[in-house]
Amino acid sequence: MAEYLILIYESEADWAANATPEVYQQVMDAHNRFAEQVSELGAKIVSGRALQPTTTATSVRGGDAVTDGPFAETKEALGGFYLVEAKDLDQALQIGKLCPARFGGVEVRPIMVFE
Amino acid sequence: MFRKRDGDVADAIADAHRREWAYVLAATARVACDIDLAEECVQDAYVSALEAWTRVGVPDNPGAWLTTAARRKAIDALRRNQTLRTKLPLLVEPITDIGAELSDEESIPDDRLRLVFTCCHPALAREAQVALTLRLVCGLTTTEIAGAFLVSEPTMAARVTRAKKKISGARIAYRVPEIHELPDRLDAVLTVVHLLYTTGHTAPAGATLVRRDLVDRAIDLARMLLALMPDEGEVRGLLALLLLTNARAMTRTAPDGRLLLLDEQDRGRWDRDAIAEGLRLVLGALHAGRPGRFTLQAAIAAVHAEAPSYAETDWRQLLGLYDALLSRWPSPVVALNRAVPVAMLDGPAAALAVVDDLALDARLDGYRYLAAARADFLRRLGRWDEAIEAYQEALQHTENDAERAFLTGRIAECADTLT
Repeated sequence: MAEYLILIYESEADWAANATPEVYQQVMDAHNRFAEQVSELGAKIVSGRALQPTTTATSVRGGDAVTDGPFAETKEALGGFYLVEAKDLDQALQIGKLCPARFGGVEVRPIMVFE
Repeated sequence: MFRKRDGDVADAIADAHRREWAYVLAATARVACDIDLAEECVQDAYVSALEAWTRVGVPDNPGAWLTTAARRKAIDALRRNQTLRTKLPLLVEPITDIGAELSDEESIPDDRLRLVFTCCHPALAREAQVALTLRLVCGLTTTEIAGAFLVSEPTMAARVTRAKKKISGARIAYRVPEIHELPDRLDAVLTVVHLLYTTGHTAPAGATLVRRDLVDRAIDLARMLLALMPDEGEVRGLLALLLLTNARAMTRTAPDGRLLLLDEQDRGRWDRDAIAEGLRLVLGALHAGRPGRFTLQAAIAAVHAEAPSYAETDWRQLLGLYDALLSRWPSPVVALNRAVPVAMLDGPAAALAVVDDLALDARLDGYRYLAAARADFLRRLGRWDEAIEAYQEALQHTENDAERAFLTGRIAECADTLT
């Protein structure tokens, strides 16, 4: 088994435009279902978190320059992540395809292993 | 076994390199569990073969000889230096008893499909898939691959290294896809082989229209895939497509290098053996179930190959095949090619309308054959000024000398008619 980080990138504007309690509930349900599906695959979620929007982000560059905002301004911003254990990239991508990200998509990155 | 002259040994090695490289590397990778180590060992095995075969003769089964030699080298290297294992490891089930497996060469499993599917994994960029396939499956050197794709050697070396690192770093499994994944994964493999062929068939730039080595490698690969996956209709369809297209390759240019279109080509010089084989394959592929895009393209090539002349081509059948292909594979390039039977059946004005509609599709922006097709239909309609303009636009989008000469010639013809 190996560890992969599933980074969830979504459009914050699309989120804001659709922020109804119904949508919120649907997304919560989707994430709960996702957790079950990952177990069914024989893989494992090590941890997972949702982030507050990039309007709350602060960046520090070059060790001391503090600025308001995310490190990179992009249409789709990092909004949450899962750390998962999968047997290979194919399984990690299968998990990535199941991961809810209705206003964007996910990036699958292998975790570095130091020998 | 008998002693052979040096030239024969060199030929035998060149032959074994071309025929057996993929088999030997795949079998060695299973022992080495490491791409780079496996590659080094296989290269060493070919070097050892030169000396050994010169001394005692070419073995009856060069592939088995090379595999045994390469695997021994891999095992020695692993015993000598355990840390080599972490260089560029492959995700394979470890072989617990190496000695037992080596003793019986007949039982070496054929791992070439694993190798091909790993090289063409969708997590790798298409250009990396192509480079890796040539490097690992065909055994071409980085210099040769760089030459074939007109990029610098350091660029190609970096591309290959990056792809290999991703395979081990992201743990791309060294395996044949499961049956439910096969249609998509197989399509990626066939696309790579087809891309190799088309790159060789019409070199994107340079003085010659065809790059022979890429064409031959693509056909070899398609043959290998069919031998390994005889039940896959699309593999059969791809080989048929390559053979049928290639059967006409020799007549695409005049002796002076000028490009000849299908209606000007000497059909007597088409390769009849290749056409016969292609036709057999395409019939088999059509019977294998719902035809895929390669099979349908092969069927289109087959209609051209069977036609006694351009005028006697079965355009009605071609139009039907293009419609089937479009519904299977909605590509604007296919829609553009469909304009050819439309022109033959309904006249150039109808075809021009099809092309003008397609010009609105952003995916065809800068596509050299769109302007060329438009120009041709305008020329046939006698709209010389507009034809010249369209030919000039096509000219801006090609670097291939034969194509440039063709387009320049057409412009001169149109201008002559005007004056």
